Amino acid sequence: MTAMVATRAGVTLALATVVSACAVAQEAPTPQSLRARSLAANCAACHGTDGRAAAGASLPGLAGVPAPVLIEQMKAFKTGARTGTVMPQLAKGYSDAQIEQLAAWFAQAPTKAPRQ
Amino acid sequence: MKRRDLLRLAGAASGSVGLGGCAAGIDRLSNAISSIGRPSPVSRADTARVVVVGGGYGGATAAKYVRLLSQHQIEVVLIEPDAAFVSCPLSNLVLGGSRTLADITRPYTSLRATHGVRVVHDMVASIDATQRIATLASGGEIRYDKLVLSPGVEMIWTEVTGLRAASQQGRVLQAWKAGPETAALRRQLEAMPDGGVFAISIPEAPYRCPPGPYERASIVANYFKAAKPRSKVLILDANEDVTSKGPLFKKVWAESYAGLLEYRPQHKATGVDAATNTLKFEIQDDVRADVLNVLPPMRAGAIAVQTGLANSNARWCNVNWLNFESTAARHIHVIGDSIQIASLMPKSGHMANSQAKVTAAAIVAELNGWELDPAPMLSNTCYSFVDDKRSVHVASVHAYAEDEKTFKPVPGSGGLSSAPSELEAGYAWNWARSIWADMLA
Repeated sequence: MTAMVATRAGVTLALATVVSACAVAQEAPTPQSLRARSLAANCAACHGTDGRAAAGASLPGLAGVPAPVLIEQMKAFKTGARTGTVMPQLAKGYSDAQIEQLAAWFAQAPTKAPRQ
Repeated sequence: MKRRDLLRLAGAASGSVGLGGCAAGIDRLSNAISSIGRPSPVSRADTARVVVVGGGYGGATAAKYVRLLSQHQIEVVLIEPDAAFVSCPLSNLVLGGSRTLADITRPYTSLRATHGVRVVHDMVASIDATQRIATLASGGEIRYDKLVLSPGVEMIWTEVTGLRAASQQGRVLQAWKAGPETAALRRQLEAMPDGGVFAISIPEAPYRCPPGPYERASIVANYFKAAKPRSKVLILDANEDVTSKGPLFKKVWAESYAGLLEYRPQHKATGVDAATNTLKFEIQDDVRADVLNVLPPMRAGAIAVQTGLANSNARWCNVNWLNFESTAARHIHVIGDSIQIASLMPKSGHMANSQAKVTAAAIVAELNGWELDPAPMLSNTCYSFVDDKRSVHVASVHAYAEDEKTFKPVPGSGGLSSAPSELEAGYAWNWARSIWADMLA
């Protein structure tokens, strides 16, 4: 948001007003954050948008899960050490590097939705 | 949204659209900035407008995720004729009588209230890909920087003689888009006398939802078993064999529906006689049934065909797999059931949801002037019920293969259930609640 303001001096004041009124605590995306968030979005259909489980859902949310925990679980699904129905099959679709990326992203993801 | 607001959108002149809420406040400014910035040779994220056509699994997800992934910088307009979303997945349970349409219906209201998506209940009548203008059936025009087209499928009526008229009369239904036809087909099944025949005709693949017809046949057989045990389900399949989850379905049919359900492969329907409820085939003898459910061959949604995007056998839309941009028109991204699929990529709701996210991320990257993600991933989990209590699944993960410039399943990943279970039926409902929220909430 701030970068946008800098390039459009004519609307700086108005935009700043709206942003502060909304208390939006969000940073503009970067190429890296965009890729990480969209990789993590593969999990969202079952585990909730940005890792926050949908209301009434029985599967766990992933937001805020410490990275080592998620990495361990995903690797256990991959090796078969942890059994399941869908997850052992899906986990095998992701490389160790991708699992580390996913884990890092979910670990920093807020467990409550930021105000829009 | 009122007509005058649309006209304002079209002109992007004053940009003052009377929506409440913070997201809308940013929208208003975004519009104001648009009016300053245009016409501009280069689109920018903070002045750009994305128009999404179709509010199903693909389109609703794309609309929400363009807003999310751009941190609400990019303005999004979703054009969808229906007042609420009705899920095709799980709609076969409505035919079986264990669920109602209300159970599989969700509102579009959160897309606007929570995410600041402008939802316009209308149809797109035409798209000018050069001027980047979508014209609505009601007459309004909306300018776009990027268009996401997720129109689902259109039935190719001419492939089955007499079917269009029989369908319009309400005599031979498809119910391949969930909603009023689902309820109407349920009424036909309820009205059918015990000892009657329900026949479902399946077109050659690819068609929307590969396992859907077999799930439907199984659920109807389960209903007959309890309510009309002398009745029969006939599956008349144009394909050489069951196209999805074959061994799982066949095992259920043998164990649970023996004598009640019959599977006949290589039955390509060519005509319907609505007066006698008779189905005609390319080779085999005619089949008469009390309730006919005829699925003709399908192609990309009408607006995609009309816009000249169906450049694969005049049926499906070829796309660039890194951003799902049509190979026929720049700045138009096609997702969901309308596209020419890659190898082993199903036409499923989950796949459309997954494609929508790759597309949304690509659009955000492009409008910011960034390189596209060179290694996007897609995933799919598809549940099918075999009765009203047990389900099976197929799952897959697809990675972009740079050398072949397409998506391919990751070797060793994915798979099927070992057997139907109530556990997986619970997971299926969990999947539904989660993905509906991921699209709409």
